[in-house]
Amino acid sequence: MEFNQLTIHELQKKLKDGSLTSVEITESVYRRIASVEEKVHSYITMMEETAIGQARAADRRIKEGNAGELTGIPIAIKDILCTEGVRTTCGSRTLEDFIPPYDATVVRKLKDVGAVFVGKTNMDEFAMGSSTETSRFGITKNPWDLERIPGGSSGGSAAAVAADECIASLGTDTGGSIRQPAALCGVVGMKPTYGRVSRFGMVAFASSLDQIGPITKDVEDCAIMMNVISGHDTSDSTSVPKEVPDYRAYISRDIEGCTIGIPKEYFVEGVDPEIRASIDTTIKTLEGLGARCLDISLPHTEYCIATYYIIAPSEASSNLARYDGVRYGFRAPNEENLLDMYRKTRSSGFGAEVKRRIMIGTYSLSSGYYDAYYKKASQVRALIRDDFDSAFTKCDVILTPATPTPAFKIGEKMDDPLQMYLCDIFTLSANLAGVPGISVPCGYTKGGLPMGVQFMANHFEEGKLLQIASAYEKNSKIERRMPEL
Amino acid sequence: MQYEPVIGLEVHAQLLTKTKIFCGCSTRFGEEPNSNTCPVCLGMPGVLPVLNKKVVEYAVKMAISTHCRINGTSTWARKNYFYPDLPKGYQITQFAHPIAEAGYIDIEIGGAKRRIGITRIHMEEDAGKSIHDDLSPFSYVDLNRAGVPLIEIVSEPDMRNTDEAVHYLRRLHEILVYLEICDGNMEEGSFRCDANISLRPKGQKEFGIRAELKNMNSFRNVQHALEYEIQRQRAILEGGGGVPQETRLWDVSQCVTHSMRGKEEAHDYRYFPEPDLVPVVISDAWREDIKNALPELPMEKRERFLSAYNIPPYDAGVLTASRALADYYEEVVRLCERPKIASNWVMGDFLAYLNEAKLEIGESPVPPAALAELIGIIGDGTISGKIAKEVFEGMWKSGKNPGEIVEEKGLVQISDTTELEKIVEEVLEANKKQLEQYRAGKDQLFGFFVGQTMKATGGKANPKIVNELLKKKLSMS
Repeated sequence: MEFNQLTIHELQKKLKDGSLTSVEITESVYRRIASVEEKVHSYITMMEETAIGQARAADRRIKEGNAGELTGIPIAIKDILCTEGVRTTCGSRTLEDFIPPYDATVVRKLKDVGAVFVGKTNMDEFAMGSSTETSRFGITKNPWDLERIPGGSSGGSAAAVAADECIASLGTDTGGSIRQPAALCGVVGMKPTYGRVSRFGMVAFASSLDQIGPITKDVEDCAIMMNVISGHDTSDSTSVPKEVPDYRAYISRDIEGCTIGIPKEYFVEGVDPEIRASIDTTIKTLEGLGARCLDISLPHTEYCIATYYIIAPSEASSNLARYDGVRYGFRAPNEENLLDMYRKTRSSGFGAEVKRRIMIGTYSLSSGYYDAYYKKASQVRALIRDDFDSAFTKCDVILTPATPTPAFKIGEKMDDPLQMYLCDIFTLSANLAGVPGISVPCGYTKGGLPMGVQFMANHFEEGKLLQIASAYEKNSKIERRMPEL
Repeated sequence: MQYEPVIGLEVHAQLLTKTKIFCGCSTRFGEEPNSNTCPVCLGMPGVLPVLNKKVVEYAVKMAISTHCRINGTSTWARKNYFYPDLPKGYQITQFAHPIAEAGYIDIEIGGAKRRIGITRIHMEEDAGKSIHDDLSPFSYVDLNRAGVPLIEIVSEPDMRNTDEAVHYLRRLHEILVYLEICDGNMEEGSFRCDANISLRPKGQKEFGIRAELKNMNSFRNVQHALEYEIQRQRAILEGGGGVPQETRLWDVSQCVTHSMRGKEEAHDYRYFPEPDLVPVVISDAWREDIKNALPELPMEKRERFLSAYNIPPYDAGVLTASRALADYYEEVVRLCERPKIASNWVMGDFLAYLNEAKLEIGESPVPPAALAELIGIIGDGTISGKIAKEVFEGMWKSGKNPGEIVEEKGLVQISDTTELEKIVEEVLEANKKQLEQYRAGKDQLFGFFVGQTMKATGGKANPKIVNELLKKKLSMS
């Protein structure tokens, strides 16, 4: 096995006992990138030079005996997270030359513990998409089938982990953008509770839904990443001043007596039969471990998509107003006057999906329509949150499929936004309710495509998610496969 | 037909916090363009606002001082519009749930009191400044002001003439400055006023169609713009026309208002709750702390000056016009214990010299203790009131104590009766003709003899004793 194929916790041991250096790991990652990146295209920007420097520094730090949990581990960063001195494009022409003078809080936290930054990963433009096809910088391919999409919007981050082009990565999740690509690429992805991880430095899509989270090769790695990135940040007023537990302590705990809610609204027509079958097997495995499964209801589930596609575009329409060509970023040439500059800049700086959502959001917030759209959606959102509150009085975690289908073909849904929006049907609700969710591999289709199961827990109960997900992972008897590239 | 104006005012006051409302940048005015900026107030990607608690404290001070109900929980909203000096493409403000509502202030015009309702007070961030140069093909943007904290104070449409509007505005201004939360500088834009004005036939309850007036950067401009607008709207109504709802700009050079945009072109600001900030929560304890730390407000101070110092209402009004002046006066009184004479001096020579030199109270070369000493030596007869004016001038120019000046210039009053008697006799001797006339019944010549005596002593003679001596001498024989 190559070093780049190992997990964080496996590498930690080798780094600690001196049998391996961060430089060796980092070099193995770039060797892998050199051989497969052309096929997969996980990255927008490579950071090889600085990465080797970071690896050397990490090795010194390890030698000095003050290594943190991620010291010397090569991590990929979604290109929506600001990195001081390194361009941060958000997958858009608008920011294709934008170099932030500051780090996102999560990036700074990773730097502080001595992580190594491999590069900035590809994504749907401004995180708007479920396939990474709306990126200005080309399409990322699913490492399991290069004709298929990796999911999105954190498709680059998920593909990079699945293709061993990094050890772990950071993604962001506004409606499923971590969990859905993780499921489609056969890796673990967690969206933390809203407020658990600082959003400072994440280029905003929909502020009340956005969260940053890890994409990793296994659940224990997810816990390690969460230990580093979680916590209150005075720069983000919506981050919550709540103590961060040691998430790693939840790994390998038994789940005897744990109650798992199975919401009937998530087991409806349209779910791929193979996914359906693998979820049934997952439930049996968990019951075999002493968990108690019970039927529950999240009655407002059918309104999730409609609600989400009002709230998210509304906030986005306002968040993206700053890309006006005045101070930074792309500005279209040959403007005749101010209005003309705005029009040309925004018409050619943004892609079709981004413009579609700006228009939907602008419309929803317009006077005369606000009450019928934005306000109504906010009210329904409260009901969706109530659904979860009451469900969690009955169960510890909720289990659902992560996606209705495995990865689809590139181009298949690009002309049908509604079909594309349905890809996130099982993941949107966690963002609307603010609860944490994790996607864990639960098998492969006959065609060899990964499938994922999603667990959701109450606010700030990431520990429970990690506990149940790791118990499942260790006992599921799903062999760990590597994509052939 | 008689028409009655209906006026409501919206005031934006810049708060005197050291740093901006959502970042740590300085709020200082007049710095190099775009030097007081950071990624947050420049609206760069991914940055987030963090509320400056001082802004809330200042807004609560104003809310308490204007008898508003303070909402325990208030929320932020985004007001969306595109303009180059608005970095984020939206302004963070308060909309559905402002920090304070339903207050009032009392105004007094010609002895009649009127209560003007305050609809709401809310907090928000200021925009930057666009600088247009007719000679250049470019416009420039200075974002030093972007993110400077403002409170907007919205009145009820309770004012019925321009006098009331200007009085209300002055009272508001005075309170803000007294609270030391706003410097009140209208020219620099730290106190800005927009007005809504409509006319209705006298006696009618319903309001007419209003115009919103902008760009009035002095009290006088507000007065003139409102007066102009009343005439303009009256002319339309009397001509049988209808006033269109629109926003109009005051043109100070031509003293007219111009239409800026009509109702159809009004912005749709697409307000919605700001998801990057949590609600502002004001506990009872915090509100009480702020309330207990409030200074005495001008109206209360005026009442107290009337009763405690027994000075005329006019004096109390002048002396309480600013906190600094009132403090100065009170310190003088505390030291000299002569409230009315102190009032005359502070309102008279002191303010005259101060205004002449264009100085602030704190910059005065004559501190309260020196003025109190001066009043003291007038009272004990060391110098006359007339000489005191000369002494004050000396104090102002040199910064010396009155005692030093009096000594240096030999200005001590002559109260020695023997010495003065001699001088009076000399004066009578030298003016025999007038003496005869006086004795023949020309009483008004008494003043002449006083004047001559004072002149002979270089003004240092104690006038009271001179009077007594003259009376005695002239009645003799």
